[in-house]
Amino acid sequence: MEQIIANGLYLGAQYALIALGLTLIFSLMNVLNFAHGQMYVFGGFVCYTVVAQLGMPFILGLVASALVLGVMGALIERFLFRPVIRRSKRDESTMLLAAGIAFFLDAVILLLFGEKQRGVPKIVNGVFNWDFRLIMPYDRILIGVLAIALIAGFILFMQYSKAGRAMRALAQDRMAAQLMGVDVDRYSMIGFAMGAMLAGLVGALLVTITGVNLGMGGPTSVKAFLMIMIGGASVISGAIAGGFILGMMESVGLSVLSSYGDVTYLVIFATLMVFLAIRPQGLMGKPWG
Amino acid sequence: MDTQTQAYSGRAPDRTRRSTRQVLGVVLFLAFVFGVVPAFIAATGRWDFYYTLTSVALLSVAAAGVWLTFYIGRINIGQGAYALAGGYVSTILMTQGGVSFWLTLPLAGLFCALISVLIGWPILRLRGVYFAMVTLVLTEVARLTALALPITNGAKGITSIPLPGGVSVMGVTLIPDFATLENPRQAFYFVAVTVMVLVYLVLWRIVNSRLGHLCRSLQQNEELSASIGVNTAWLRVLAYAISSFFGGVAGAMFVSISQSIYPSSFVVQDSVNFMLYCFVGGLGYVFGPMLGTLLLYFGWDLLQVAGQYQLLIYSGTMIALMLVLPNGVLSLFDRKGAGK
Repeated sequence: MEQIIANGLYLGAQYALIALGLTLIFSLMNVLNFAHGQMYVFGGFVCYTVVAQLGMPFILGLVASALVLGVMGALIERFLFRPVIRRSKRDESTMLLAAGIAFFLDAVILLLFGEKQRGVPKIVNGVFNWDFRLIMPYDRILIGVLAIALIAGFILFMQYSKAGRAMRALAQDRMAAQLMGVDVDRYSMIGFAMGAMLAGLVGALLVTITGVNLGMGGPTSVKAFLMIMIGGASVISGAIAGGFILGMMESVGLSVLSSYGDVTYLVIFATLMVFLAIRPQGLMGKPWG
Repeated sequence: MDTQTQAYSGRAPDRTRRSTRQVLGVVLFLAFVFGVVPAFIAATGRWDFYYTLTSVALLSVAAAGVWLTFYIGRINIGQGAYALAGGYVSTILMTQGGVSFWLTLPLAGLFCALISVLIGWPILRLRGVYFAMVTLVLTEVARLTALALPITNGAKGITSIPLPGGVSVMGVTLIPDFATLENPRQAFYFVAVTVMVLVYLVLWRIVNSRLGHLCRSLQQNEELSASIGVNTAWLRVLAYAISSFFGGVAGAMFVSISQSIYPSSFVVQDSVNFMLYCFVGGLGYVFGPMLGTLLLYFGWDLLQVAGQYQLLIYSGTMIALMLVLPNGVLSLFDRKGAGK
């Protein structure tokens, strides 16, 4: 039982971090970022290149992933999303752009890093063992703690910094924020860069444990969508709650339902659809987002 | 006063001129797909184009359904689920019930329409991104269900599905048995294109009818249209059911061509592709999804020569297209008629 909860928390911390980036982008620009999973994979590969190929310490890999993805996010917002949002008749057009970027990143990853599964050597050795009731490798604990620290840092940033306040204002009401003198374009760009950076950071964290490969992007995006649907799109607390709930459900499901075959996700999806039929805006979302 | 009567009298010939142009367009299109394309293929000997073009026709049928849900203002990324369901219904009826393929085609569509009513009734209350994400999840649900159910034979799928049989009414052979044909590819092409033409005629008719106007009102403002007495709940379920019907028919046809079906025959990627076809063609145009499917699918096929850069060029073009023509390729032709 303790094992299941610990696994759920560990998974949930990473999921929440992925969902945070997605929800940040969604709340600021009303863009469903299909490329989020690809950004995550890209971050993992950047970290792999820095750590395993160049032989730098892990912390540098983390920083490099964050920087590369942050710059990439800013450029994507400035040169792709901004002009399309301005000129298109319907909001949904951004989805094609996002899907196109997802394909594009897939292609870039394929050309730059190849299609092999990549991982970096363990950063900490040893296994935490509590009387065989709870077994957890130290590196997983470290990654989980780092992820939670990043989430806390993100919340503090959004709550107390000037940029965070501006972005929250934007998410609430774009027009009103603009009238109050918030530089909408600038903060959209910063927000997109931060969202991409978060995706890259999770990728860099996870490359030490599960490794990354090209095919992980799409499924990760779908999972991230699930999380922000559970918690409610465009709400930060919702993304965190959604991440932890999905992590916990996955962990419980994998151990309880394992005797029925591979049905965990089927049960999760079915539950989610019933849940959304009753509460369409998710746990904490505003009605009609 | 004088100018007004002139304006009124000027309308009738204008309309007939427009409808003659439309009829001419349809005739030209039919001549092209049934005459020019087979002649071209026979001349060049590129028989593999038949398979590609058949796929284009069928994918554009499914995309037509997605387009219809866009028309009521919903982003549908779940068409893959219905295509998969349609494929399985047709296969199971054929292999286990011994039903003729031609009968399973509408049955597959009807089955999909039925389940789409059951699923759509609750989830169509969702809007925007929420609906999009739920439908995306629906594709995964369909795949996982196909994996878990015993009747679908799990991950092994169902293979060696028989080719469509013949149909004869009172001794007259309407459709020959596909197994006896020397060139089933060509036959499949003709069937697929016929289905596509029928579907787009139906779609065009829907859009230009009262139903179409009501759908447009839903797209613009659902509360407003409900407040003036439009039964929005019924209307959106109806549109979704028609959309799923198209998806089921396309799926059933596809399966009979490949003669096999697996839970991974239609996955999230396919659902996303259907949506992209609509976007590329243009959401405001009935024939947008058809053109979008042709461009993207055929383009992808042609880009095979680029080898490892295929995906890079493909996605780069897609992004460029979005930057230049954010409202779809067909919006190119809009500028001429910008006055209306």
